[in-house]
Amino acid sequence: MSRITQTLSALDAAGRKALIPFVTAGDPDLSVTVPLMHTLVEAGADIIELGVPFSDPMADGPTIQRASERALLKKVSLRQVIAAVAEFRTRNTTTPVVLMGYANPIEAMGVDAFADAASAAGADGVLVVDYPPEESREFAKVVRAAGLDVIFLLAPTSTDARIRAVGEIGSGYIYYVSLKGVTGAGHIDIDAVSKRIPLIRDMVGLPVGVGFGVRDGASAKALAVVADAVVIGSRIIEEIENSPADEILPRVKTLLSGIRTAMDSVEVAA
Amino acid sequence: MGKLDLPAEVSASAYNLPDTTGHFGPYGGTFVAETLIAALDELRDTYESLKDEPAFRAEFEYELKHYVGRPSPIFHARRLSDAAGGAQIYLKREDLNHTGAHKINNVIGQAMVAKHMGKPRVIAETGAGQHGVATATIAARLGMECVVYMGSEDVKRQAANVYRMKLLGATVVPVECGSKTLKDALNEAMRDWVTNVANTFYIIGTVAGPHPYPMMVRDFQSVIGEECKWQMPEMIGRQPDAVIACVGGGSNAMGIFYPYIPYPDVRLIGVEAAGHGISTGMHSASLCAGRPGVLHGNRTYLLQDEIGQIIETHSVSAGLDYPGVGPEHAWLKDCGRAEYVAIDDEEALAAFHKTCRMEGIIPALESSHAVAYAMKMAAGMSKDAVLLVNLSGRGDKDMHTVAEKSGIKF
Repeated sequence: MSRITQTLSALDAAGRKALIPFVTAGDPDLSVTVPLMHTLVEAGADIIELGVPFSDPMADGPTIQRASERALLKKVSLRQVIAAVAEFRTRNTTTPVVLMGYANPIEAMGVDAFADAASAAGADGVLVVDYPPEESREFAKVVRAAGLDVIFLLAPTSTDARIRAVGEIGSGYIYYVSLKGVTGAGHIDIDAVSKRIPLIRDMVGLPVGVGFGVRDGASAKALAVVADAVVIGSRIIEEIENSPADEILPRVKTLLSGIRTAMDSVEVAA
Repeated sequence: MGKLDLPAEVSASAYNLPDTTGHFGPYGGTFVAETLIAALDELRDTYESLKDEPAFRAEFEYELKHYVGRPSPIFHARRLSDAAGGAQIYLKREDLNHTGAHKINNVIGQAMVAKHMGKPRVIAETGAGQHGVATATIAARLGMECVVYMGSEDVKRQAANVYRMKLLGATVVPVECGSKTLKDALNEAMRDWVTNVANTFYIIGTVAGPHPYPMMVRDFQSVIGEECKWQMPEMIGRQPDAVIACVGGGSNAMGIFYPYIPYPDVRLIGVEAAGHGISTGMHSASLCAGRPGVLHGNRTYLLQDEIGQIIETHSVSAGLDYPGVGPEHAWLKDCGRAEYVAIDDEEALAAFHKTCRMEGIIPALESSHAVAYAMKMAAGMSKDAVLLVNLSGRGDKDMHTVAEKSGIKF
């Protein structure tokens, strides 16, 4: 059983929901990344999505694009991001790490080399935003053979056939994009999400995390009622970009702890 | 019209790309986030059902004839040919189209699809502004809302085109992220589309992007080559020995190449922008100097650094200043059906001036790259050989750039 599945199963058994923060590796500097990951865990993160910077993050809003731009000013490469995971693992062997990014840096490194390096470093999953299932069967095979989970996005507009296709090659969890648009935008339609998630869970047989649009404890709590996991990204990155260097860690910790507390106030039916 | 019977090799041709999932060999495809898939599926299904429908074809042809002014003529550039000292150079005059370039052919087609889908709002990305102007033009003609995304650097460099779009009723949104040029405008337009997909149609300006765009844009632009196929026999009694076109994203080149793919005796030559020279690294020659990767929804040749980040491009012509290229060109390169070469800024400017002075035609700087290569190539050929150049646009938009290069201030 993968570290992601173990983590999500244990939470489920305890009647708790997973909190999955997203941060971009190398933002604002690679030296911040590993301490930031430990801080996220201290604040209650169950899984960390670690963004791999890309010059053209088409599916992300301006906040995450700016994070990528800051990291790329320092020339942060995929290999360096993987090295950060290895460093994180020297002090933490329990919190799963998912590498999230775009196809081109992975293809530039080579899919085989990437899968081997990510696995050796102790990464647990990969989410490639611009690899929909029909373009990633080979990739998924290679990455899963290296022992990594392949996580896919699903959207409110995904058809049943596509949801099943994701179920066939995906593993770990599903990242359900809760609204139309890019990361960091607008408000979530909780009612629509709550209707959709049980259907997806049934069709795919994987836990469902929800993201895109989570801004505070209230929205995280509302999603925690219906989802297995809550993903929060842009709001954390805003905190990072608005903090002086020496206050990044404490401020992010305060923000995420607040969201953890709100999520844990959800009463889960037995 | 004087359409001739197609030769036997057309029916014998096995070329039938893209496949049903939008691939040209290993290139093309649909590399987008899940959030865009439903919109692309809807577009693909609509386009597939419309493209051969007689009423749709008839309306498209009517618009091309009466609004654009097609067919565009082919002109024998005798003085340029004499100056080159070899093969005869013919120019396909896309510069004479309404709005001054080939871009309008595709925009009319996509706007008709948008109208059919009941989308009242169109968006576009633009670099130099030509595709933005074409989109604003058709939006005005059809009474649609139009928003054009343009890198803030390009907004500064192309003030006249920004004003043209505004005159036509479009909203121009300067894009401040990334390198603030065409590729970032494309990213931003995609974001608008994914957010407003219910009422919005994204009119992509070139043969790139996710399936079905490369196919759809090629189909609409292939009117260029289809006309050449009957115009050349009318003029010279045969097809040309080579067809030459500039390649940025590659829509004017695909438009003139595509109908000639089944003609093995017609060489297809794409001319990329070598900028300051390929060896300087400051160029836009994705096919000549890039390597395959994934950007903007498709797999194709890209200009990227060693860690897979897209790098900034350079060309004197804003329309060629793009780090990718249409996936069908990538395939035509790999399978050897088309050849790709590069012309630098100086060579393109020299060809620009020659075309002005010898033929009384002010070509776009983009098209000047194709003219430059044609003259170079013609020099080594016999006087009976025939080169057909796609003169994809006129150069009025480039007055400031050329004047500046010549040390002149208005």
